Amino acid sequence: MAILVVAAHDNKTVRANVANAVAAATQMGGDVTVLVAGKDCDEAAKSAAAIQGVAKVLQADDAAYANWVAEDVAPLVVKLAPNYSHIVMAADSVGKNLAPRVAALLDVAQVSEAIKIVSPDTFVRPIYAGNAMATVQTADKIKVVTIRPTNFKAAAGSGSATIEKVGGEGAKGLSSYVGAELSKSERPELTSAKIVVSGGRGMGSGDNFKILEALADRLGAGLGASRAAVDAGYVPNDYQVGQTGKVVAPDLYIAVGISGAIQHLAGMKDSKTIVAINKDEEAPIFQVADYGIVGDLFQIVPELTTAVEKK
Amino acid sequence: MKVLVAVKRVIDYNVKIRVKADNTGVETANVKMSMNPFDEIAVEEAIRMKEKGAATEIIAFSAGPAQCQETIRTALAMGADRGVLVQTDAELQPLAVAKLLKAVVDKEQPGLVIVGKQAIDDDSNATGQMLAALLGWSQGTFANKLNVADGSIEVKREVDGGLENIKLKMPAVITTDLRLNEPRYASLPNIMKAKKKPIETLAPDALGVDVAPRLKVLKVEEPPKRKAGIKVKTVAELVDKLKNEAGVI
Repeated sequence: MAILVVAAHDNKTVRANVANAVAAATQMGGDVTVLVAGKDCDEAAKSAAAIQGVAKVLQADDAAYANWVAEDVAPLVVKLAPNYSHIVMAADSVGKNLAPRVAALLDVAQVSEAIKIVSPDTFVRPIYAGNAMATVQTADKIKVVTIRPTNFKAAAGSGSATIEKVGGEGAKGLSSYVGAELSKSERPELTSAKIVVSGGRGMGSGDNFKILEALADRLGAGLGASRAAVDAGYVPNDYQVGQTGKVVAPDLYIAVGISGAIQHLAGMKDSKTIVAINKDEEAPIFQVADYGIVGDLFQIVPELTTAVEKK
Repeated sequence: MKVLVAVKRVIDYNVKIRVKADNTGVETANVKMSMNPFDEIAVEEAIRMKEKGAATEIIAFSAGPAQCQETIRTALAMGADRGVLVQTDAELQPLAVAKLLKAVVDKEQPGLVIVGKQAIDDDSNATGQMLAALLGWSQGTFANKLNVADGSIEVKREVDGGLENIKLKMPAVITTDLRLNEPRYASLPNIMKAKKKPIETLAPDALGVDVAPRLKVLKVEEPPKRKAGIKVKTVAELVDKLKNEAGVI
């Protein structure tokens, strides 16, 4: 049995969650190969080769792969697929876009966002925003699986796999990349941050997020938000934590002015320690919080910022 | 240009679901059902295209039991022109739905298919991408903004870290993200009018599609419960707990 992990990367390094995907793939059993498809992606291929548990890296260098256009990358994965029992991707915006396209081209089902590998063909995945856990078994010959990175401890970075070049398939001309508008932030990326500070509708305005920024900076934390805060226009959409946003599981999650709708809880309830700050003592967030503090966030947050030592 | 939208009947967004005692699934008897919220966004976007003159006809597709008629009626009341229901009581998984959609697309030849990025029941986030693959079409997933222009469509997508702009050759499949638009409520006169709009009912067999599930659900369980913690009175107490009890700062 051999497993192909398709790595998202920026042509320089593979994303941190590739190490989580490799860890999940290792649990499925078999040799793990990582595909790095990109343009001038030597460095990214090297970073994949350094992940422990990776037996081989396939590097496909082609102008068509510069920006993760699913229509162009999918045929390459499909061409390689017959050599593998599983195709695994992290369930981030790249994996969610590409993996189902690959699965359909192979005429197989996709197991979306697996959180546990029960056996090589059986997986646990959350449904209904994590309010139920389904154990599913696939009979397909090639199993396409996306994994939720926060549920698998990242493989260490001490490996030294061989890198093999494979040819690209060129561009299909269906879709072209125009550009990106990425949020610029010095803060840690939400899904890999050890501490996350999130604000909800209770923040009242985008301007008020400044007090959360100060707390986040003091803690070295990532900054998140509930859907309500994003919908209200307080912060950009990529801050959103929840069923339809990002799933995070940091050591510490501080929910500020967030009531705790089930859709939000779906994105953060696997956090090790949860702190809730809310003026409404009946807010559902307190039902999942390890430590709750009822009161005015505009008073508590600055006080907390002062009280914690700078990291 | 014809636009096809897919609408799924799911347990209402506000219902707290219950896992069945025998662990075979989730309780759906006497539970309020509604249109998948992401699909409402798809319907709304199609209607706005029609209002702007970019679309000429909107077809609302659904697949599932007879009650999916109601979901299609909701789309018709919002402003879709006619419905297609592939009626079956069989369990439908994303690949099967994508195949059914493909069969209807082959028949109807729309220039654009808009679907929700995920259904809030199975949370698969797969059907749109699968449909695009089966059709050999381009895909604009997690759409935040659309602009149809001369045989192509510009899509602003929600991706990790921000937004991405792509340009797709048409025909294309679009999957909607939350911020694409705010769906309208159907007005009473439009609800009445929708009752007269046609819904064509088809069987999977007639479309030549094998809908047999590929994933076998072995069991469905409650997630592990987090137990509620304690309330602290002061920030000093909170900091002390985080440092000395939880050890996280």
